[in-house]
Amino acid sequence: MPTTRSLHLAAEIGGPPRYDAASHIALARLAERGTLDFVTFRDSFARPGPDAMAVLARVAPETTRIGLVPTVTTTHTEPFHVSSAVATLDWMSRGRAGWHADVSTTEAEARLFGRRPAAPAPALWQEAGETADVSARLWDGWEDGAGIRGPSTGRDPSTGRDAPHPVDFEGTTFSVKGTTFSVKGPARVPRPPQGRPVTVFDATTGPAARAAARHADVVYVRASSPERAAALRDELRRAAGAHGRDPDGLRVLVALTVDLGDAETAPGPGPESGPPLAGHGTYFRGGPVDLAELVTHWYRAGAVDGFHLTPLTPGRDLERIVNGTVALLQHRGLFRTFYPGGTLREHLGLARPANRYAPRGAGAAS
Amino acid sequence: MKQMRLAVRFPGADSTTVRGGHRSGGQIDFSSFAHLARTAERGKFDFLFLAGEGPRPREHHGRTHDLGVAGRPEPLTLLGALAAVTDRLGLAATVDATDNEPYELARRLATLDHLSGGRAAWHVVTSPDAPTGEDVRRGGHLDRAERYTRAAEFVATARELWDSWTPEGTPRPFAHTGQHFDISGEFTVPRSPQGHPVVLHSGDSDEGREFAASAADVVLTRHRTLEDGQALYADVKARLAAYGRRPDDLTVMAGVTVVLGDTDAEAQENAAALRRLQVSPRNALPAPEQVRGRDLSPYDPEGPPPGVGPGPEPDLVRGRARTADPLRAADTRRASSEATGLAVRRTVVEATTRQSLVGSPETVATALETFVTAEAADGFVLVPHLTPGGLDDFVDRVVPLLQERGSFRSAYTGTTLRSHLGHAEPVWKG
Repeated sequence: MPTTRSLHLAAEIGGPPRYDAASHIALARLAERGTLDFVTFRDSFARPGPDAMAVLARVAPETTRIGLVPTVTTTHTEPFHVSSAVATLDWMSRGRAGWHADVSTTEAEARLFGRRPAAPAPALWQEAGETADVSARLWDGWEDGAGIRGPSTGRDPSTGRDAPHPVDFEGTTFSVKGTTFSVKGPARVPRPPQGRPVTVFDATTGPAARAAARHADVVYVRASSPERAAALRDELRRAAGAHGRDPDGLRVLVALTVDLGDAETAPGPGPESGPPLAGHGTYFRGGPVDLAELVTHWYRAGAVDGFHLTPLTPGRDLERIVNGTVALLQHRGLFRTFYPGGTLREHLGLARPANRYAPRGAGAAS
Repeated sequence: MKQMRLAVRFPGADSTTVRGGHRSGGQIDFSSFAHLARTAERGKFDFLFLAGEGPRPREHHGRTHDLGVAGRPEPLTLLGALAAVTDRLGLAATVDATDNEPYELARRLATLDHLSGGRAAWHVVTSPDAPTGEDVRRGGHLDRAERYTRAAEFVATARELWDSWTPEGTPRPFAHTGQHFDISGEFTVPRSPQGHPVVLHSGDSDEGREFAASAADVVLTRHRTLEDGQALYADVKARLAAYGRRPDDLTVMAGVTVVLGDTDAEAQENAAALRRLQVSPRNALPAPEQVRGRDLSPYDPEGPPPGVGPGPEPDLVRGRARTADPLRAADTRRASSEATGLAVRRTVVEATTRQSLVGSPETVATALETFVTAEAADGFVLVPHLTPGGLDDFVDRVVPLLQERGSFRSAYTGTTLRSHLGHAEPVWKG
């Protein structure tokens, strides 16, 4: 089944907490030089670090093509605010925004907000899925071009297209009064350039995988062999199909923490060559060429759509990924050498979704 | 001469904004925001000010109100991006204290302050529109007094979080227990370049002034006559002592619209043309409908005023503050319309559009200086009529005059918004 589809590569640029803009901008530009699909910026209320959405908004005007995917947690934030911020990032980056939905499971995080106690992961992931669902509805709430005032729109108000649609969404996750969420809408932000910014879920755990199959455009999995990765990918595609989705609208990336620090003395390529890092996916230790071999092997085996790489030391390892691994993959004709498209959806080969509220035949790809 | 402060508000979706012409751009495009921000920075402005996400779009007979329809970006995310295209300009976002939580918002503001090198500001508002509460978990609607106590505790809590790391960069646990918030843990962001982002509040109501005196660095007011402005200024500054603050600790900035012309007469003509653009025929009817509570759609907005009395359902236009005495306003307008023989639309134009300063660059510069020297304001928030080129003329023609006369800075002397405003960094309360 290889290689009619393209290889997709993404990289995390967060690393140890930094609060100045310059270091983040430098890493995003480096990743853009490597024509990666997108960069991510992890975020959690549980440990020091800046707000990821703000960091990638700051990076947006400093880059031109690369996708920008901040982690946005859904447990203690308002779904309505999540959708507005992600839509705004899409406008400010001209269609390069995504968001990685995550949950806050600890009691310590719950105490920072004091609104409700920590809840079991399955309920939180279901709520994250509902947040993705209501966000998609809010993004569809304005028809394409509606609510946008400019010299060139000249819209005729009598068509009614300018009127945004309320969503009247009722969350179902928590039955305890006052803890479920509801959103009446409509959105205050016009439909973003991508229609719906790209939604990313990490499907490592069961409840997360269920939400991912329903709501995600990009899914991370963790696997120590191409066979295991292929099985996870098939499972996700089947589950997506069961929800009435086109399985080809899903991009499954293997999450890999990479340590390219000491290539000469590395024990050899392959994810089995080092200890797994808790919470950071499968661990790879080796040289940039070894990493390229692994990517090539797994990709040619049809096991994955691509990789999400978390450099152990961003400054050092991302440079080696771009100048070593990516350069080799490009040389082999496996990875793009320039961005043919402008939006993150275009990089990922994902169609711009039609608006669920648009009249039939309207609101499709523009 | 005393130096004034200047800020610009990105034109919102209200009747101040007109569209059309070569200087009019999209109100959601980044390039429009970048243009206005760069223009303000070229004019050495103190800060750019963004409205909040706002209430649900106004509707009129099931159809979204013509001028209220424009969607807007979420301001804090937008300011993160604008920090990339400016170096010195302060960046202020309007964020509701009713619909947010202190930990999350304090963290976003502190992050913006870091990423912008000390230029973040927060315009605290307390949601005046009931519909806003329908989009968040807390739900329901707080009454006016409760919104203010929540906002006050919100700001105090945010300051505790901003103070929770030592100036040397060591995180320390915080705990806050109050009427509205009971939270504890560790903040994820070190103390930011300004110590605390600058806090703004609108002070047109009595509660607003008291809140500003107790908790804000900048109080925003409507434009008033010189005498009324002086009264407000004195009132606000007098409230500071009760909080152990000095008069200079709170900057009073009046919102103004400016219409320029080569001569005063030409400016008046420009202003008249602008007023007609601000009230389109379709927007003329909601004003009398709002006060009469009747559907007036069969009437011609360019025709004589309809001779109908008040209906049973005032305030048809959602999300807009009620007129204090709607029937009296309606009667006054109708009487005026009948007396002058003006059409409905023209009457609405005369009754609802306000332009604070109209004149040549010299006239406008002098008026601004007069307000500052007479202690009616410390500075101004300009609200341009056009998106995004509406500030260009002011920066090109009025700012140089102010600079020549020594009433406005010719160069930034500091890097943070706090330094532009002449405010000291807040004392760290460890």
